[in-house]
Amino acid sequence: MIIYALCFALFLVGLYGLIVKRDLIKIILASGIMGYAVNLMIVLFGYRREAVYPILEKGKEAAVMVDPLPQALVLTSIVIELGTTAMLAALAIQLYKKYKTFDITKIRRLRG
Amino acid sequence: MTPVLFVIIPLASAFLIALIGRKREILSLALSFLATAALLGLSVLTYLRLGSGIMVYELGGWKMPFGIALVLDAFGAFMLVIVSLIALTSLLFSFRYIAHLGSDWKFYALFMILVGGMNGVLITGDLFNLFVFTEIALFAAFALVAYGGRAHEFEASFKYAVMASVSSSLILAAIAVVYSATSTLTMAHISIAMAGVSPGVKIWIGALFLAGYGLKSAIMPFHAWLPDAHSSAPAPVSAMLSGVLIKTLGVYVLIRIFYNILGAPGVFITAFLVMGTASIILGVLLALGQSDFKRLLAYSSISQVGYILLGMGLNTTLGMVGAVFHIINHALFKSLLFYNAGSLEMGLGTRDLRKMGNITKLMPITAHSSMVASLAISGIPPFNGFFSKLIIIIAAVQAHQPVYALLAIVGSLLTLTTFMKVQRYGIRGESPAKVLLAKPGWGMNAAMIILAALCLFSSLLVIPGIKESVLDPVVAAIMNKAGYAAVVLGAQK
Repeated sequence: MIIYALCFALFLVGLYGLIVKRDLIKIILASGIMGYAVNLMIVLFGYRREAVYPILEKGKEAAVMVDPLPQALVLTSIVIELGTTAMLAALAIQLYKKYKTFDITKIRRLRG
Repeated sequence: MTPVLFVIIPLASAFLIALIGRKREILSLALSFLATAALLGLSVLTYLRLGSGIMVYELGGWKMPFGIALVLDAFGAFMLVIVSLIALTSLLFSFRYIAHLGSDWKFYALFMILVGGMNGVLITGDLFNLFVFTEIALFAAFALVAYGGRAHEFEASFKYAVMASVSSSLILAAIAVVYSATSTLTMAHISIAMAGVSPGVKIWIGALFLAGYGLKSAIMPFHAWLPDAHSSAPAPVSAMLSGVLIKTLGVYVLIRIFYNILGAPGVFITAFLVMGTASIILGVLLALGQSDFKRLLAYSSISQVGYILLGMGLNTTLGMVGAVFHIINHALFKSLLFYNAGSLEMGLGTRDLRKMGNITKLMPITAHSSMVASLAISGIPPFNGFFSKLIIIIAAVQAHQPVYALLAIVGSLLTLTTFMKVQRYGIRGESPAKVLLAKPGWGMNAAMIILAALCLFSSLLVIPGIKESVLDPVVAAIMNKAGYAAVVLGAQK
């Protein structure tokens, strides 16, 4: 149980960073941390105690295996997160070119 | 004919545009136009042939619990028609408008990816696949919001991307919980397995999905990103975002998950009612205070999506008819209003309502079509907005929710006030412009005329004979609730 609580704590660290931090780069990192926490949770859901890797081999007894599907999901989700991070970083670079700062409180041309 | 064409056509055309469109500008335009026209024809055909039936396609021949299944029912096909229709008019509008921003094949490629992602969301029958298509559509949307390349556009896009990454994390967490509770990701099987899931876990699943997809559909506590993103994007993209993106990625998925998978649990249906009504009132109040035309429209989108949620939350057949009808109506008139805003911005160089005027003389088509759209969104008969709002309000009274009905009427009156302000200060304003910076091209005018005509003609959908054949199969597919699973699994054999 404690491992799920730690996973949730990691998620909250990301959320905290996203809300409190003012630096664009730190916000991007915080969103990454949130993603890692969720990925970790998915892998944990597929974990079975004392299980083997989910590949059938010749001459190997079929034993309790970990669930392979969450691993496949996490791979997909890592790729998607890579895309999101790259997109955010590209936008941050453009924002720096326009405003000459990474401080989110100084980037305020939109109001209301 | 398979549903998979709805994803293949836009993605293939995006690829081809990137490949050959960069050499010849006109080719990228022709390709995207051809692809969207084909999609519109195909979706109308599918919708007519499907009726209240269902189409199940198993990708790669993998049977349902193992592979990814594409499921197309009346509701999905209905949404496909709306997406293709708005996409086609948006392209008609954009070839002149985007040339004005600096013509580029990248715009058309991104636009087709956006359409492909949305179509994918509408045809998939697999929860994780739904998430992946959501992300595809969103990536294209981030890039398109920042397309103009001005400082505030990057700012809006960054805000949008951060909000979307939070909501994606929440959705992924929800999918993880669903998988651990039911050991499957196919929606039909989840729907069956949900019966054995404990109520506490169901609440978790519902809450995570509500927060995740609520953020994407910008209902009231989750709305903060919408006015920036939708008002900063180029006008044809705003029309796509406000007209169809928040409905396919937001409302459609909410309906699918909460009705067809979770079987309309009471606590979340009440949440839809409350959040929908809050969106109606607060959205329109915020819209009333704006003087930037596109920002006003973006806030008004929040309010109009509130009506759809209110109709959904009543959990009656009539309420759902109103909600489904309002989905198509809002797509039509809000896209039209964004085209008007784009045409005004191009002609006058400003989006500030106080600096406009004399539009009826200078741009008669823009002025008259904006009048039609304003009347439609405010709910003046005989335009479509009147009938869908009326149905929702009658449904609220019939469901013994008079307070919500009253609030919906108040919201409608405030919408009328907002758009009277647009007409009075904007289109017929007191600081008349003498000359136009650029005349709207024929494509822009054609897009506006088509949508204005459709605003009038779509009110024909309430006529009994037509309603039974158009709206009722959609509503039946939604209100069948958990029966969705039996229909999908029955069609598989």
